[in-house]
Amino acid sequence: MARAPKSETKKTTSKSATSKPKKSNDASPEELLEFYRQMLLIRRFEEKAGQLYGMGLIGGFCHLYIGQEAVVVGMKAASKKQDTVITSYRDHGHMIAYDMDPKGVMAELTGRRGGYSKGKGGSMHMFSREKNFFGGHGIVGAQMPLGTGLAFAHKYKEDGGVNHAYCGDGAINQGQIYEAFNMASLWKLPIVYVIENNRYGMGTSIERASAVIDLYKRGDSFNIPGKQVDGMDVVAVRAAGEEANEWCRSGKGPFILEMKTYRYRGHSMSDPAKYRSKEEVAKVRQETDPIDMLRDRIFAQNISDEASLKDLDKQLKGIVTAAAEFAQESQEPDPLELYTDIYAES
Amino acid sequence: MAIQVLMPALSPTMTEGTIAKWLKQVGDAIESGDVLCEIETDKATMEVEAIDEGTMGKILVPEGTEGVLVNALIAVILEEGEDASAADNVGGAPALKVEPVSAPVVDTPAPAEVASAPSQPAIAPEPEYTGSRTNMTVREALRDAMAEEMRTDDRVFLMGEEVAQYQGAYKVSQGLLDEFGEKRVIDTPITEHGFTGLGVGAAFGGLRPIVEFMTFNFAVQALDQIINSAAKTRYMSGGQMSAPMVFRGANGAAARVGAQHSQCYAALYAHVPGLKVVAPWSGEDAKGLLKAAIRDNNPVIVLENEIMYGQTFDVPDDPDFVVPIGKAKIERVGSDVTITAYAISVGLAMQAAELLSKEGIEAEVINLRSLRPLDMETVITSVKKTNRLVNVEESWPTCGIGAEIAAQIMEHAFDYLDAPVGRVSCEDVPMPYAANLEQLALPKPPQIVEAVKTVCYR
Repeated sequence: MARAPKSETKKTTSKSATSKPKKSNDASPEELLEFYRQMLLIRRFEEKAGQLYGMGLIGGFCHLYIGQEAVVVGMKAASKKQDTVITSYRDHGHMIAYDMDPKGVMAELTGRRGGYSKGKGGSMHMFSREKNFFGGHGIVGAQMPLGTGLAFAHKYKEDGGVNHAYCGDGAINQGQIYEAFNMASLWKLPIVYVIENNRYGMGTSIERASAVIDLYKRGDSFNIPGKQVDGMDVVAVRAAGEEANEWCRSGKGPFILEMKTYRYRGHSMSDPAKYRSKEEVAKVRQETDPIDMLRDRIFAQNISDEASLKDLDKQLKGIVTAAAEFAQESQEPDPLELYTDIYAES
Repeated sequence: MAIQVLMPALSPTMTEGTIAKWLKQVGDAIESGDVLCEIETDKATMEVEAIDEGTMGKILVPEGTEGVLVNALIAVILEEGEDASAADNVGGAPALKVEPVSAPVVDTPAPAEVASAPSQPAIAPEPEYTGSRTNMTVREALRDAMAEEMRTDDRVFLMGEEVAQYQGAYKVSQGLLDEFGEKRVIDTPITEHGFTGLGVGAAFGGLRPIVEFMTFNFAVQALDQIINSAAKTRYMSGGQMSAPMVFRGANGAAARVGAQHSQCYAALYAHVPGLKVVAPWSGEDAKGLLKAAIRDNNPVIVLENEIMYGQTFDVPDDPDFVVPIGKAKIERVGSDVTITAYAISVGLAMQAAELLSKEGIEAEVINLRSLRPLDMETVITSVKKTNRLVNVEESWPTCGIGAEIAAQIMEHAFDYLDAPVGRVSCEDVPMPYAANLEQLALPKPPQIVEAVKTVCYR
């Protein structure tokens, strides 16, 4: 069944970029397959994380990314090696997309020494300097000024990098984000603000939280161009990401991308799910699932077949199972770790 | 092998729940993502989704069952090519190879080890300075500290309100824009929360920001970024990244500026692991501590004082001179009582010591200089000699630095005390505006003299 992507891609605002966006079907067969692989890996990883949470192996809060996979995979495809990324606590998908090892991510979720933060950070606080992934931040919206600072460092060092700072439609109402917008525009900092609009900030719908729900317009007062993107279409995301990156890299300052997406699962695992109907969730899954839509595209272009994709799924499940096993076998941190990593040596 | 479906937990505290409804029945085909059943607790309802595909082979717990334990086997899904007997085979099998999340096997460190606080940063020794000195204001000493460090490390930059073209709201950054240009001396909009977060991000990105707060009263807007982002990230990242940076500006009461412009935040910052906190008094402290703070690989809070900016001291000229963070300084040697103080209160303590000397009481005055780490070794050594201690600070008394010192003295030098520890501080009220009330609120040398006499039973 062919599913037409929702026509949610709108033109940029009046102050918007003038460069031509790529056509959304502009991806090679290899690229489409790679997007599919990454998105499905994230989904399988998150399903497994949900399962381990249910078994009591993951503690505290656990925010799953299922439904939003196209956003981070498309943006990663648009980025370069010198770029940096920062996001909120819904961060597992970002880490997988940015090539962090699923074993290290899962072991951090279970609080073991094999985790990226040696078990001391948890689901919401994970980092990889090696992959230029700067977290993983638990305070809603705080990552946006931090990302703006990373962009400041890119410009200061003249390293040609762009920062991608992600937040949700709930966080976008935090005041510090507008302080960051102001400085980023004033100082022409190379940063793409990626607003993942999944329609709910925890249990409050965007209509009940935001006076203006076209979030790509939130930079208007700061002369920051914005664009609304179908966040369920990975190729459209990649095209928008490339356009935004080009804008930033050419010294024109920040860019806002509003990704229209949807989260299938609750805000975190313990979500009463009373604020939206099952029918609404089912309809999005049926009609605009990012992975299903990409699979349809792959079949329509005769890039692969059912059997091959099934094999791929098996492989990915194997990776995720291995990660889950590692995350259970890895030991808890040494008790002495309680006292390490508080201060750097000076 | 057949896939086992276990009773999931909705939260870390959930131990059991109700299976409200099965949406798949035995024999139904299952796709990944299909909802198998709904479970309920008193707080929430959750749908249990299939992760794998196959056929529902067996339902072990019928719908409507209450009190189903977390991790109990509730259903079996058959994989492609398996028949129903596969479901029977796992019926009694233990739930996966789940190790229960056990309490950590802790070799709890002995209390003594905890007290030795491995979380405390290492403290460098302090060599005696014998080089040349120049008489200058604290304001100039701070400026020179920044200029010298900016000359040797191009990652260092200064940002804040009015630091560049205006030359600093209190003229601390005078001349820096001319020497270093607008790339490195940056006027920010009036937006503390935002520029603090930006500064922390720049530190993550490899720079060495000096963030100036016009006063620390305004930094309260940025506390989230200072505490949650700058102080905690090293720990949360397992040591992968830090925020090597300086937060500096005027702290404490100035004169007649009222409650929102007159607070001392020393205790608040000193409370936070991951931060270092210094509070210079003299020009030597100001230059040496700020230089050490800029070179430090951690976030350092430098609490300056507006009234001290204009006071003059003989300040070391050598650009290699630094005051190690974590080392107190004995400003006056005495044998009868120890007075600990920091920032502007050190001057008050010195005045009180002179008054006391006339009455035959010789006070040893310790300039704490660093509040985190706090140099308790120097304080304890002194108390073992004098057997009496009074702390002086311009902060509120409740949960203050004096309270911390008193507690530590009780823990480590109880048997050396001849009297309870005395505390002199700001009154426990918001700072009043009226001149007479403000004077009544702030500590003064006569109160210190009184407190010392009390602990000396005089």
